[in-house]
Amino acid sequence: MGIFDPVKGFGVTFGMMFKKVITEEYPEIGAPAAPRYHGRHQLNRHPDGLEKCVGCELCAWACPADAIFVEGGDNTEDERFSPGERYGMDYQINYLRCIGCGLCVEACPTRSLTMINFYELADDDRQKLIYTKEDLLAPLLPGMEQPPHPMRLGDDEQDYYVNGPELARGRGVPSGETVETSEEKAVQ
Amino acid sequence: MTMAPEEPKVEVPEGHVKLTVDGEEVIAPKGELLIRTAERLGTVVPRFCDHPLLDPAGACRQCLVEVEMGGRPMPKPQASCTMTVADGMVVKTQRTSPVADKAQQGVMELLLINHPLDCPICDKGGECPLQNQAMAHGRPESRFRDKKRTFPKPLPISTQVLLDRERCVLCQRCTRFSAQIAGDPFIELLERGAHQQIGTAETADVLDMASRTSSGKPFQSYFSGNTIQICPVGALTSAQYRFRSRPFDLVSSPSVCEHCSSGCAERTDFRRGKVMRKLAGEDPEVNEEWVCDKGRFAFRYATASDRIRTPLVRNAETGELEEASWTQALRAAAEGLAKARDGKGAAVLSGGRSTVEDAYSYAKFARVALRTNDIDFRARAHSAEELDFLGSRVVGTGPENGVTFHALEHAPLVLCVAFEPEEEAPAVFLRLRKGARNRGTQVVHIGQWTTPAVDRTFGELLACVPGAEASAVEGIAQHAPDLDESLRAEGAVVLVGERAAEVPGLFTALHRLAERTGARLAWIPRRAGERGAVEVGALPTLLPGGRAVTDAAARTEVEQVWGLAEGALPAEPGRDTTGILTALVAGELDGLVVGGVDPNDLPDPALAREALAAAGFVVSLEMRPSGVTDHADVVLPIAPVDEKAGSFLNWEGRHREFPVSLEGTGALPDCRVLDTLGVEMDADLFTQTPAAAAGDFARLAVKGTFTASDAVKVPFTAAPDVPHQQAATPGAGQAVLATWRQLIDDGSLLIDEPHLAGTARAVVARMSAATAEGLGGHVTVSTDRGSISLPIVVADLPDGVVWLPGNSPGSKVRATLGAGHGSVVSIAAGGAR
Ligand code: SF4
Ligand code: SF4
Ligand code: SF4
Ligand code: SF4
Ligand code: FES
Repeated sequence: MGIFDPVKGFGVTFGMMFKKVITEEYPEIGAPAAPRYHGRHQLNRHPDGLEKCVGCELCAWACPADAIFVEGGDNTEDERFSPGERYGMDYQINYLRCIGCGLCVEACPTRSLTMINFYELADDDRQKLIYTKEDLLAPLLPGMEQPPHPMRLGDDEQDYYVNGPELARGRGVPSGETVETSEEKAVQ
Repeated sequence: MTMAPEEPKVEVPEGHVKLTVDGEEVIAPKGELLIRTAERLGTVVPRFCDHPLLDPAGACRQCLVEVEMGGRPMPKPQASCTMTVADGMVVKTQRTSPVADKAQQGVMELLLINHPLDCPICDKGGECPLQNQAMAHGRPESRFRDKKRTFPKPLPISTQVLLDRERCVLCQRCTRFSAQIAGDPFIELLERGAHQQIGTAETADVLDMASRTSSGKPFQSYFSGNTIQICPVGALTSAQYRFRSRPFDLVSSPSVCEHCSSGCAERTDFRRGKVMRKLAGEDPEVNEEWVCDKGRFAFRYATASDRIRTPLVRNAETGELEEASWTQALRAAAEGLAKARDGKGAAVLSGGRSTVEDAYSYAKFARVALRTNDIDFRARAHSAEELDFLGSRVVGTGPENGVTFHALEHAPLVLCVAFEPEEEAPAVFLRLRKGARNRGTQVVHIGQWTTPAVDRTFGELLACVPGAEASAVEGIAQHAPDLDESLRAEGAVVLVGERAAEVPGLFTALHRLAERTGARLAWIPRRAGERGAVEVGALPTLLPGGRAVTDAAARTEVEQVWGLAEGALPAEPGRDTTGILTALVAGELDGLVVGGVDPNDLPDPALAREALAAAGFVVSLEMRPSGVTDHADVVLPIAPVDEKAGSFLNWEGRHREFPVSLEGTGALPDCRVLDTLGVEMDADLFTQTPAAAAGDFARLAVKGTFTASDAVKVPFTAAPDVPHQQAATPGAGQAVLATWRQLIDDGSLLIDEPHLAGTARAVVARMSAATAEGLGGHVTVSTDRGSISLPIVVADLPDGVVWLPGNSPGSKVRATLGAGHGSVVSIAAGGAR
């Protein structure tokens, strides 16, 4: 046993002191996930704030974990939530069940449902993990208006679907980005 | 070398032909459509327009198959839904013929060219024949690159049915249904070519098109919901069910309609404990594949916001009804009823909507717990003559020995007396029309005016003054010898409705007519529970199984089955509904148990209210607050049909059993409530569950679908014998009132259905041109109780007669006038409302 032996044992320790720290300061500083991480869902909006969801339940149908509940509703002249006839009146995702597979996103015909990076889906109350439409709807960006309101960007839903990208440009979404991705940034 | 074994020669029976389908030899009855023959072999040829209950149309061309006749192939594929089998035919479906397959794919491609991409927002999505067949017989890629033809949508065809013309495949199922089955001026094919579309006069007006519906009549239908169900795409959707759910969300349970005595089979679809829609069930013996709009759309009464969900007990100090526990409420009810029973007595009004099991429990509760025969289910006009009629001609009849839907369809003649089939039992109307249309059944109505039902059963009207129906029936032999002759034909049927109880002598006359001519006689009540209530003895003169209360042997039998002491059952016939109410007013009765009766339905609503106020103790079994609730001392909530199991007897006496649709709601059926109430009063009913009640009743049932016992003779009751009377003669400024209820009116099971209410018939007064003279366009019909003002529509009524809808908005005959069918009322020119 040599005289330096007790100190030698600390060699690794001292050595580490001068290396780059890889500890993530979570939750104090937070840890952004990879850009295409499948976190919680978001219900997107058209550039004027109307909802994209048409309440078709295809997401609920696709979900292997039966995590989604949707009930459609009828848009009326006085109360319009989405372009067209139908909107998602009730929308809930149960994060106790969701396995984050993203099949629902694939099923959505209107690109209403996407996933954002947010992953802090833990709680001590089951009830709180059932996200309702209010929790899931994308935030209102500048130029958006809280529905219900009439269609601002066209006469009927065709205009919204056919001219989607141009409408987005017109509302200041930079080229190469979609309404959805710019909203994700807003959440972060 | 071996010989090939000889093929066994198949005998072709008489009236059949032999053909080859997909290489398989098959024997088919002559006249069978190729599409059905293929179906029997297990090959489903895709189709849209074909429907087994509609005449073939060949409209969609989706069912193309290759056909070879006499060794020569037909030049083009043929529609298998219009071509009938023939001897030696060789048919190749898409299974074996690339030509047929290609043709089907081609048709599908053309159908989809203008079909919108609506699946995500379309109610049919998930149960759509177009989706399914496009997956099975369509091409995966579309070659169409142009703009699709569009139409504004949705267009309301009525408040209940919405039309989306882009989705329509022009199969004409809806138009054929309207024209053939219902006979309504409902929906038609308009325009030509790419613009061909479905519509009505109104939709044509909206678009200012040249075409109009050919009929030109205002559009109205009681059967429009069926077009939604048979539309093979989502072109016709229901305003009520719009966007409510997807097929995979729904749990379906078989059910039976609770709205009329036809007992149509239905399918109840519910989602998360809430009924979303009802569809017609299939029952070839009863409703085939149709139901009326009332049966289809009226179910939200059960979720009305004012539904009573907890027992209520009246606080003796404040006089207010207060929520209570079941234990408290049942104890209070039992104490009050026991006191009344031991005092002057207590009676039961059980209402006409109960299931057989519930009605039986009321009947048994009255006899065992209240020790009385004072029980009557008839919450409508009634008579003692009717009691005799029910006891002698109705009890114990069933499909095996009585009149059936099938018999109506195949009868040479059907005589409807005091019965408005379309308003009172729509499924009966559809069968009458089917018989008349397909087999030439002669339909004769003894009524007041040529109603739409008379027209659409290709019928003949024998008009008479209200109240003179009995004389009219008596006079058939003399004045209508040809009708008399037809009534003697094998299979002739006479139908009588609930209104007959308001015409003295009518039941007697009908009984005599049936005896004389041999025609078969059937009673078709309006409410679903009435037929069953007769069978289980919810009447003052009848015990279960039609036993007369005055018959000592019958009483002993019932006492033995019920385990009662000898002589425990009262031997005197009880009071009927009016008798009970009068006795309450006179202080001869103390207590009353009321199950789902609205005082306004009773023959004299004022008397009913007075009686309820005078009664010492009232227990009400109800779903929602009614006129009884205000006077009730204890209110016990009960389950609507969706939340309980049970059965109805329909007018044929057919047992229509149904399971619980919504399980575990905690709502209790009447039989359970009465059983527990009985226990509190030291009387055992053994009706804890509908199954137990049915089992208990089965030991007493006499015929029909229940166990038969040869020992007992049916009927126990003597036939009705009441002389017919002359109809009332109106003086100057007076008229005789004709009235019956319309199918869609202010009935208590029709609340909370705005879309359905919009399809009701116009509320108008009808009278002859001579009677209407000098009244202007409006009439005010009045009695000393009140008056009703309605616009006049001239119809072919006898002079001096005015017809009013019985319980429609603005025309509540009983409640407002206190009058009924055959009463004399004053008429005067009325101001425009
Ligand atoms: S991510 Fe997968 S599990 Fe989660 S809701 Fe969507 S489909 Fe269901
Ligand atoms: S999120 Fe998309 S798939 Fe889900 S209901 Fe809405 S539109 Fe349909
Ligand atoms: S509306 Fe429906 S049922 Fe009528 S023709 Fe069109 S597709 Fe056929
Ligand atoms: S015909 Fe009668 S039983 Fe049939 S659905 Fe209509 S109301 Fe119900
Ligand atoms: S199903 Fe044969 S033509 Fe439509």
